[in-house]
Amino acid sequence: MICLGIEGTAHSIGVGVVNDDDGKCRVFSNLIKIYRPEKGGIHPREAANHHAKYIADLIKESMEKAKICSNDINLVSFSMGPGLGPCLRTAATAARALSLSINKPIIGVNHCVAHLEIGRGTLDDCNDPVLLYTSGANTQVIAFAEGRYRVFGETLDIGIGNCLDKFGRNVGLGFPSGPKIEELAKKGKQYLKLPYSIKGMDLAFSGLLTAAGQYYEKGESLEDICYSIQETTFAALTEVTERAMAHTEKNNVLLGGGVASNKRLREMVQIMAEERGASFFVPTRDLCIDNGAMIAWLGILMYKSGIRLKVEGSFIDQRFRTDMVDVTWRD
Amino acid sequence: MTNKTVLYQGAEAEICLDNYMGHKAVQKRRLKKSYRIKQIDNHLIFYRTKEEAKLITESRSCGVSVPIIYDVDLKNGVITMEYLQGKRVKDILNQMSKEERKNICNKIGQSIAKFHNNDIIHGDITTSNMILLDDCVYFIDFGLGEKNNEIESKGVDLHVLMEAIESTHSQYSDCFKDVLDGYCKELKTDADIVIKKIDEIVKRGRYR
Repeated sequence: MICLGIEGTAHSIGVGVVNDDDGKCRVFSNLIKIYRPEKGGIHPREAANHHAKYIADLIKESMEKAKICSNDINLVSFSMGPGLGPCLRTAATAARALSLSINKPIIGVNHCVAHLEIGRGTLDDCNDPVLLYTSGANTQVIAFAEGRYRVFGETLDIGIGNCLDKFGRNVGLGFPSGPKIEELAKKGKQYLKLPYSIKGMDLAFSGLLTAAGQYYEKGESLEDICYSIQETTFAALTEVTERAMAHTEKNNVLLGGGVASNKRLREMVQIMAEERGASFFVPTRDLCIDNGAMIAWLGILMYKSGIRLKVEGSFIDQRFRTDMVDVTWRD
Repeated sequence: MTNKTVLYQGAEAEICLDNYMGHKAVQKRRLKKSYRIKQIDNHLIFYRTKEEAKLITESRSCGVSVPIIYDVDLKNGVITMEYLQGKRVKDILNQMSKEERKNICNKIGQSIAKFHNNDIIHGDITTSNMILLDDCVYFIDFGLGEKNNEIESKGVDLHVLMEAIESTHSQYSDCFKDVLDGYCKELKTDADIVIKKIDEIVKRGRYR
């Protein structure tokens, strides 16, 4: 079964073509275009305009790259939520138009669950992981329990990526700041104490963001601040992930989301996994960030388990929570 | 330190069987984590061990069932305390009869109110951190706790339990209501304010 998936929850518009190869996901193509605001954060309408401008070409290019024609597509999948309304609507509109024009079924999927399933689908032995999903908007620790993907821990205020971006923006690093903070952190020498905020398995970053800003105003070196931000926030992320693993008694840990590109975060979670005899997994970078392939893959899983959607009912849901999805494709 | 039987391997600590002056005891040893830098690791282990010992002792004096503390070793992050040979509430709650479950949840709520009356915040109220023994619910693992009189902290404390019940005992989501009933009965200040705070915290979460 070949599925074309369209992702458009926030700053990225992505189209992926994947095939179901005996229960494993084979990615034929996975193209992504990222909206980068000139200044400030994401403007939802501007981002949606960006997506509308590129979506048609992306669909065409992704089919060319996958070496398929529209007749080969069996299913069209799109990100139903959560995300920014205008962006979601643009991706959904494209999916509906494609589904109707090639006369193939449509399916809408949860973006956060797609991040987890792409790991299970593309990596060997990653069967029942705890996912640490870290992106701009989302910071969640997700695992399968009692028929659903449940959120065992999440941020109570801002996502970790948003925390990094906001700090970066305030000190003039530009968007996205994550990679720049990572570079600067390598040169950091002195640890500056920052709030370490864990509530059960939940996290909070806004206090740390304020404190980091104050260090900057006081004239502390930017390298040291970046180093301290990474060490503190990533330690907290790793700790809640480990707590969720102990709590759910699971032995696989998977990373997902844009911040999973950070080498220091990878290293910390990997050490944690090794120390408790667990296996560590991280998908390739293009499957970690927001992408169409993961949307396509989850579409296949849902469709195969008997879920059907009509174009008339293919609404988006800006507040589509991870734990709202009835997971019919797993025991 | 000799090798001792590990009873339970948690995320941040291991619980070992021990003997303290003739009493059957457990040692909670906080483990060094090499994924985090020394400054953070040392601080967390020292601070949490100290806070935990303090809060357990204080909870006991306000009538909450907790293990008796025998010894605290701040340098190594070790607390030696009474061995409670009971069952984790997490493991038995789903198997209980409706009445039993309601009764236990009421008790849980009352105990939480007792320490909240004294501004003790547990920090990680989950059913994994409760032991049922002789009809009493014992609270353990105050490692993320603090002393705080803010409504916010008490709300967050209960919100952690709400999430734990939703994820681990999802078919019995009424449990949390029973907890709140017990909580309201025992709390000396207006419990409605705290409950309203929980709603507010829920809405603060993403996509609520």
